[in-house]
Amino acid sequence: MAEMNIIQAVNDALRVEMERDERVIVMGEDVGRFGGVFRATQGLQERFGPDRVFDTPLAEAGIVGTAIGMALHGLRPVPEIQFADYIYPAFDQIVNELAKYRYRSGGQYTCPVVIRAPYGGGVRGGHYHSQSPEAYFVHTAGLKVVIPSNPYDAKGLLISAIRDDDPVMFFEPKRMYRAAKGEVPEGEYSIPLGQAARVREGDQCTVLAYGAMLHTARDAVDLAAAKGIGCDLIDLRTLLPFDIEAILTSVKKTGRVVIVHEAPRTCGFGAELSATISEKALLHLEAPILRITGFDTPFPYTWERAYLPDAERVLAGIEETVAF
Amino acid sequence: MKAAVAVEEKLVRVLGDGGRVDQGKDPGLADRDLLTLYRTMLLNRLVDERMFRLQRQGRIAFYIGSAGEEAAIIGAAFALEDRDWVVPCYREFGAAYLRGFPLRDFFCQVFGNADDLIRGRQMPVHIASPRLHLLSVSSPVGTQIPHAVGLAMAARIRKLKEVTLVFFGEGATSEGDFHVSMNFAGVFKAPCVFLCRNNQWAISVPGTKQTAAESIDIKARAYGFEGIRVDGNDVLAVYTTTRKAVEKARSGGGPTLIEAFTYRQGPHSTSDDPRSYRGEEEVEEWKKKDPIARFRQYLEARKLWDEDRDMTLARELNDQILSTLKEVENIGPPPPETAVEDVYAEIPWHLREQREEIIRRAARQRQSWPR
Ligand SMILES: Cc1ncc(C[n+]2csc(CCOP(=O)(O)OP(=O)(O)O)c2C)c(N)n1
Repeated sequence: MAEMNIIQAVNDALRVEMERDERVIVMGEDVGRFGGVFRATQGLQERFGPDRVFDTPLAEAGIVGTAIGMALHGLRPVPEIQFADYIYPAFDQIVNELAKYRYRSGGQYTCPVVIRAPYGGGVRGGHYHSQSPEAYFVHTAGLKVVIPSNPYDAKGLLISAIRDDDPVMFFEPKRMYRAAKGEVPEGEYSIPLGQAARVREGDQCTVLAYGAMLHTARDAVDLAAAKGIGCDLIDLRTLLPFDIEAILTSVKKTGRVVIVHEAPRTCGFGAELSATISEKALLHLEAPILRITGFDTPFPYTWERAYLPDAERVLAGIEETVAF
Repeated sequence: MKAAVAVEEKLVRVLGDGGRVDQGKDPGLADRDLLTLYRTMLLNRLVDERMFRLQRQGRIAFYIGSAGEEAAIIGAAFALEDRDWVVPCYREFGAAYLRGFPLRDFFCQVFGNADDLIRGRQMPVHIASPRLHLLSVSSPVGTQIPHAVGLAMAARIRKLKEVTLVFFGEGATSEGDFHVSMNFAGVFKAPCVFLCRNNQWAISVPGTKQTAAESIDIKARAYGFEGIRVDGNDVLAVYTTTRKAVEKARSGGGPTLIEAFTYRQGPHSTSDDPRSYRGEEEVEEWKKKDPIARFRQYLEARKLWDEDRDMTLARELNDQILSTLKEVENIGPPPPETAVEDVYAEIPWHLREQREEIIRRAARQRQSWPR
């Protein structure tokens, strides 16, 4: 086992899958010789050659659109969108084409493309280097949506995503790219899509989070523990399809729920979680489900720290919910 | 101002007046090939006529045809080999049929019935067939073009000598996907042939409102490859031009844009009446240049064809159309369970939860099939 950060884990997953399966290819802006603006594809072109790891023209619709064609031919493209904020030019290709190809062809074609994109704030990137667009894609039939929070999960989930026969949106928490470090096994292993992980155990409140916010939520849960409030902290890892069993098991135990994400609140993923929990476990609830999220403004530059949920805000939410 | 996309100069042409052909230009196709082309074009026309009738009778919801554009569609597809790929727009039934798409499968798709290969998932004419290397038709204009470039890039990466032919209208050349695709194809030297059916109308909008350029073919130059403008009502000209482009692509010479200048004789689809946006005289003028009639003159001049044979063939094809329709028209809808299938390889929990209700509702709708 080696200690790695998320970038290294992503790089390792790509390397392992490219060694194993020659159909896997990597493409995108600056991913070739340069190895990506975050270095996630560093060294891959040297190892696998320019036919399998290449720079594309600067056009996201083209990156995703041609990746679809390659997948229809039998390759397994892993395109990188440099920042999730720049995924919108490819939105039509993702939502109307990639996500629908299997269904609309009656299952005759499959489109196993994994779109990797760094997402989220906390890097002083302003509105266009900080967004969390996951909810748009969770709303899209035909896609799977995955967001790891740590290096071990990043590698295992990316390997599963590449092996999956359906298209997967793989959002990487850029704020934690280098900050989150951990032991990562060498070689192949995979973490099944659709399975959450329990990160902290307690019986007074369920805290649901994913990606960079998992770390914020964990800090808050630890502060709560110091105050004698025990929380289950669940790292969702896959948003579509999300792990309903893990969520309900915990909610039925605690009766209280705090959901944390940095994307805007209205119609954010927390809304789906909240609605589903109310539908399935209303009589177990002791308090209203609380959402601690980004605000419904564009992602700000100067007021970034005010915008992003922090441990203090999450802790206040936990306390409020427990005291209800 | 010159009617921009209507310039008829510099069109590649093979078929001259009265079926005469310049010896140097004749592609020298075998008689059998010439007759295959003719038969396919005529079948396409007759199928369209029959489908429009079915729609007016309320037996199908929608149809979109190819009348006037058969030479562009079928002539181009004829330049391919089986290993090559066709990425269709929504008027390419003729190309699919030429590659072996059975009439029966086509009608089942139009009805969206239990034998429909795409299981009732899309509107009529939105066919797909991996077996025939035919991608899935999508309604959004132009979105198929980058897929074609991706296919071609994949063929290159895998060192297969396959070529991709993609169809779209002149309206689609205004979409970003067209430009992005042309750019990618140029940069990666993708073995891809872009075939723009310039039928001069995008629903009610004339080509002059799609671009200020004098023609479509010249757009290729900005992307670093060749564009050619061909008489789209001349099946032999379309065939030869596409053939050359396909050979060039196959031998590593990169992409070509072909503008097939033609005319949409009918409405855009069963949903519009073109009399509200264009004059009858224009339509009549273009009907005189009908691609099927023009090709027939050539076949007659070569003594391969005559009126008797034409009538016999038309009767034969119509019989085939009617008997195939009869065969499939009583096939019921796809099983209700299929309503939740193929969204993913396996049905995830949230869809499994909705499954029973969808199936129940589909079973109820089934009772009033075909509505
Ligand atoms: C992205 C998109 N915008 C609008 C439409 C509605 N629409 C369908 S076909 C069409 C015209 C297309 O014209 P053209 O590309 O020239 O092809 P043609 O129909 O003439 O063959 C329009 C506007 C659509 N299907 N997709």
